[in-house]
Amino acid sequence: MAALVIAEHDNLSLKPATLNAIAAGLQCSPEVDVLVAGSGADAVAQAASQIMGVRKVIHADATVLADQLAEPLATQILSIASGYSYVLAPATANGKNVLPRVAAKLDVAQLSDVTKVISSDTFERPIYAGNAIATVQSCDPIKVITVRTTGFDPVCATGGSAPIEKQVAPDVLGKSSFVGRELTKSDRPELTAAKIIVSGGRGLGSGEKYQELVVPLADTLGAALGASRAAVDAGYVPNDYQVGQTGKIVAPELYIAVGISGAIQHLAGMKDSKVIVAINKDPEAPIFGVADYGLVADLNIAVPELIKALG
Amino acid sequence: MKILVAVKRVVDYNVKVRVKSDNSGIDIANVKMSMNPFDEIAIEEAVRLKEAGVATEVIVVSAGPTQCQETLRTALAIGADRAILVESEAELQPLAVAKILKTLAEKESAQIIFLGKQAIDDDSNQTGQMLASLMDLPQGTFASKVVITDGTANVTREVDGGLEMIAITLPAVITVDLRLNEPRYVTLPNIMKAKKKTLEIIKAEDLGVDIAPRLKTIKVEEPPKRAAGVMVPDVAALVEKLKNEAKVI
Repeated sequence: MAALVIAEHDNLSLKPATLNAIAAGLQCSPEVDVLVAGSGADAVAQAASQIMGVRKVIHADATVLADQLAEPLATQILSIASGYSYVLAPATANGKNVLPRVAAKLDVAQLSDVTKVISSDTFERPIYAGNAIATVQSCDPIKVITVRTTGFDPVCATGGSAPIEKQVAPDVLGKSSFVGRELTKSDRPELTAAKIIVSGGRGLGSGEKYQELVVPLADTLGAALGASRAAVDAGYVPNDYQVGQTGKIVAPELYIAVGISGAIQHLAGMKDSKVIVAINKDPEAPIFGVADYGLVADLNIAVPELIKALG
Repeated sequence: MKILVAVKRVVDYNVKVRVKSDNSGIDIANVKMSMNPFDEIAIEEAVRLKEAGVATEVIVVSAGPTQCQETLRTALAIGADRAILVESEAELQPLAVAKILKTLAEKESAQIIFLGKQAIDDDSNQTGQMLASLMDLPQGTFASKVVITDGTANVTREVDGGLEMIAITLPAVITVDLRLNEPRYVTLPNIMKAKKKTLEIIKAEDLGVDIAPRLKTIKVEEPPKRAAGVMVPDVAALVEKLKNEAKVI
């Protein structure tokens, strides 16, 4: 009945999404092991062993695992999956990339983006961009699950002392290779882990306005930066800023939507935020339908005023 | 080089879906259906590779009810050469579709199999990865750029925090993200031409793969409604509310 949670990391640090996935894992089974598959990720394995509620950390170390390529990672997971009733990973780009590979080889279905554990075999997950919630039951012997992190409060990162079992994974030359990475460099909190997010939309009118209004507001609040798909499509900001069905799903304490009209696909990505503030000049904008506090105003006046009031 | 592209018929992305009153699912009676938007991008990419002389033939496949023929005709109008419908009235889940696609990809000896990264109805984001796994092929998921050279696909992927570049040897499975390309408008002459292209229909049962659903939908409900809050008159009132009422700053 044990559960295996695949740790999200970059070989240096454990990503907080892992804590939400472990929380989901603990609702499935009291016995939760964590797989840290990487290269030289000793610090990550150490961090995982400190997590409250973890039974054991399996640390698989191999050069091929360095970049979380789906093929070697799936092989690694499959080498131990048969000992578990649940295999979970956070529904991040990595989790979504690798877990279906695992499920297919096990000849089982995958449950994507699970937001609630109802019972040992029944789960809730959003469909149609969150416009409906499906309750689904899996009859497969192993449940392969990606966890929507906003659905589960993270477990405590400290207080545990799980043993670390080191596995030396074989270095096999695969059909895929890592070439490079262009990550948006930022000192800001990560979008999916931030307590406060300031997001900009098409109502800003330009990328310059985004820099001029949204960025300083986020600076003032120590917030992460987000954007609507319309703003991304219009080229104001890179795609990894995108909040919504096709972007990131977030649930911060405070979400400030600046010039965002509130298309269904955007709401799907942020409606679980604790407090939503919308500033928009159009009083009919659908975003006001979900906002706790709405302000109908000219962004060029209201946002600088807000920065001043908060600063 | 042959390219196989999988497309799904889904509720049009502009439709606001409604949950059936008996909570058995989504009401799709008399609702506009279209090709999954991600799949349209997949077709476009395949057709561009053919136009660039990289691919020789683009085969489009869909699995589902007989109405999927319309979706396949759209793909043919974008520029696919021929179409295959794997007909089934049963519910087809991602694992089943991956098994169906595997038999077709093997039969056609496709070098690249393109799929949308996810369908906008069940939002599973599984089929491409499952197909790659079943065929023991490398995968390039969430692609925003694809360059084919000497039996290798160089794929730029949309990942959390930015982009990632990988190289995968062909044959390979590639799932596409929104920014890979902008699909062309389908013109009337091309719609007419598409009507003359071959559309083969195969019964799903005849493929000899296990397509039984593994997940049972117990119920489908409306998400909890978020109550609308209050409108504040000015910035000062907003800051006051955030500090003293919501206590988030």
